[in-house]
Amino acid sequence: MMRFVEEGTRVLVQGITGSQGRFHTRLMLEYGTRIVAGVTPGRGGEEVEGVPVFDTVFEALEESEPEASIIFVPAPQAREAALEAIEGGLDPIVIVTEGMPIRDSIEVIARARRRGITIIGPNTPGIIRVGACKLGIMPSGVFRKGRVGIASRSGTLTYEVASQISRIGLGESTCIGLGGDPVVGLDFIDVLRWFQEDEETEAAVIIGEIGGDAEERAAEFISGGGFTKPALAYIAGRTAVPGRRMGHAGAIVEGGVGTAEGKMEALRSAGVYVGELPRDIARALKEMMG
Amino acid sequence: MRLLEYEAKEVFRTFQIPIPRGDVAESAEEAVRVAEGIGGPVVVKAQVPVGGRGKAGGVIFAENPEEAGEAASTLLGRGLRGLRVRRVLVEERLRIDRELYLGLTVDRRCRSYVFLASGEGGVDIEEVAQRAPEKVIKYAIDPLEGFRRHHARWVAKRLGFSGGLMMKLSEIAKRLYEMGVEMDAELTEINPLAQVGEGFVAADARLNIDDNALFRHGDLVQRYGGGELEGLSEAEREARGLGLTYVELDGDIGIIGNGAGLTMATLDTVNFYGGRPGNFLDLGGGAPPERVEQAITLLLNNRRIRVILLNILGGITRCDEIARGIVNARRKGGPIKPIVVRISGTNEEEGIRILAEAGLEISGSMEEAAERAVALSRGGWA
Repeated sequence: MMRFVEEGTRVLVQGITGSQGRFHTRLMLEYGTRIVAGVTPGRGGEEVEGVPVFDTVFEALEESEPEASIIFVPAPQAREAALEAIEGGLDPIVIVTEGMPIRDSIEVIARARRRGITIIGPNTPGIIRVGACKLGIMPSGVFRKGRVGIASRSGTLTYEVASQISRIGLGESTCIGLGGDPVVGLDFIDVLRWFQEDEETEAAVIIGEIGGDAEERAAEFISGGGFTKPALAYIAGRTAVPGRRMGHAGAIVEGGVGTAEGKMEALRSAGVYVGELPRDIARALKEMMG
Repeated sequence: MRLLEYEAKEVFRTFQIPIPRGDVAESAEEAVRVAEGIGGPVVVKAQVPVGGRGKAGGVIFAENPEEAGEAASTLLGRGLRGLRVRRVLVEERLRIDRELYLGLTVDRRCRSYVFLASGEGGVDIEEVAQRAPEKVIKYAIDPLEGFRRHHARWVAKRLGFSGGLMMKLSEIAKRLYEMGVEMDAELTEINPLAQVGEGFVAADARLNIDDNALFRHGDLVQRYGGGELEGLSEAEREARGLGLTYVELDGDIGIIGNGAGLTMATLDTVNFYGGRPGNFLDLGGGAPPERVEQAITLLLNNRRIRVILLNILGGITRCDEIARGIVNARRKGGPIKPIVVRISGTNEEEGIRILAEAGLEISGSMEEAAERAVALSRGGWA
C-alpha cells in the first residue's frame, strides 16, 4: 500500500526560500502541516517561517528527521532535487514544479519505484488530508472535513468541484492531484485502491481530462470490482481539443483512446455517475449520500 | 517544438543516422545548384510543419537540375495545407527496395519511452496500427536500463532481418533512441526508413522536442525556433512569445482560465449554455499581473471576441495578482469589451476588493459566469 501523509507526518520543503516555497510553507503551517525542515542549496542556516533551512537533504534528515517531502524547485533543477529526496528515502515526494521535462519525470519516477517510494506529480497541487495536513498548494478554504475522496488530473478544476461538495455539507476526506503532465507518478487506480481501504472515504470523485487512458483504465478497475463504493466523474475537454497531439506514434501508443466522449462512455458503462457540468457532481452526491 | 524535415535531418546527421544527400533551397536558382551538386534524379520537398505533404502535392520528382528548378518554383510561395512554403529540400532520389518505420515516443501508461517499428513504412503508420496491430512492434524501454544494442537487434529480427542488414538496422534504431533521449524528443520518427541495397537511409525525418526541455537546447531554439511558428496564427504566435497556452477557436466568447482542466471545463460550460468559445487561453500556475494583463490585451485586440470571461481558481495563482492584471489591462485603454470575472481561492478577498474598486462585478460561480458571458455575447445583459 502506498504511504500517504497523515496528521503529524514530518515534512521537508525543498525550494523553501523561493517565493512559491515561502508562501506555501506559511499556508501549509497555518493548515497544521508539521514542516520540520527546508532545503535550498547555498541558503543553509537561514529560517523561513521559523523552519530551519539546510543546504542538503542529508543535513535536514540528520537534524530534523523529515519523513515526506514537497518540492517547489524550478523545473531545470527539479530532477536533482527529487533524486536527492529519493536517495534520502523520503516518502511520499510531492513535486509541485510545473514544466519539468518528460525525460526527467520518467527517470525520477523509475528511480522512486525501484525503491518503493511514491511520487505525487509533477505539476500537481499535492495532497490534502482534510482537517489533518496538506502537502500542496490547494487553497484550504474550499475544503471541509467530510466523506468524499477526490482524485484529479487538474488542480484548479479540483478546487471548483471540492468547493461545491463542501458547500452542500458533505465535505472531503482526502484529495489528491495526480498532476497535469503526460507522465506522472500516480494514476487513478492507485488512488482508488487506497480510497477503497480508507475508512473515512465513503465515495470517490474522479476528475479527468482529454488525453491518455488513465480514466479508461480506472473504469476497467471499477467494473472489475476493485472499487466498490459510489464513484462519480467529471471529464473536461468536450468542446475544444487544445491537448497537444503527439503525432502518429503517440496515437498508436494510446490505441486511439483519449477523447472526452470515450472516457465518459467507459466510466458510465462501469456504473460511474458522469456529470455534464462540474456542479453536477455535488448535486449527484447529495442525492446519493444525503 | 516541431522541427522541419531538413532541420530534423541536420540533427539526425550529427547522430550519424544516414540521410540522403541534399540541401535546403529558398529559390529556384538555389534548387538548381543543389541538384547539380547531387547529379542525377532528385526529389524536391516542401518544408512545412504538417503531415501528408505527398498527398497534398508538396513532393515533386525531378529528372535533372532544370526540372528541380521548375519544381522549386511551383512549390515556393504556394500554400500547402494553409501554410506558405518558404523552403524546399532538394535530395537525391533513392532506389528504394523496401520501406520501414522506426519511431520513439513517450508512453504515459508505462511511464517510459517506447520504441516502435514496422515493416510497413511510408504509409500512414497510425492506419497500419489500427488495421493490423500485429504489424507494429512496440518495445517499452526500462528507463533505468535504456535501449541497448541487444534490444535493438531484437527489434530488427522481429522485422525479419538477419546478418549484415540486421546489424545495420539495429545500429540505426539504437542511434535514433540515443538521439531521442539526448534531444528530449517527445516524438521522433523515420517514416520511411528506406532500404537501399545493403543499407538503410532515413528518407523522411521527424523530431518533436518537449517544450519543457527547451532550456537544455538553447542552440537548437536559436537555429530552428522559427519553423514551427509558421503553422500558427499571428495571435497564437504572440501568445507563444508571452508564454501563454493559447488556441484559437471560431466563436466570440474569449475565455481565460488557470490550469488546462479548468479552462477546458469553462469552454465546456459556455458551450453547454449555448455560447461559442472563441479561444482557449490557459494562464498556467502563479500568473503575475503582467501575464494576466497581456492575456486580456490579446483578447481585447482580437476583433472576433465580443465578451471576455475569466474563470480563476487561486491555488498557486493569487487572486489579488489576477485582479491587478485585469485592472491594468482596462486602464491601458484599447477596445472596450464586457469582462465577466469569476475568481475564488488564494487571496480572494483582496482580489474582489481590487475589482470592486474598479467597478467590476464578480460572478458567484463558474456556471453563473458562463451564462452571463453567453447572454452578453448575444447582445443582452444578464
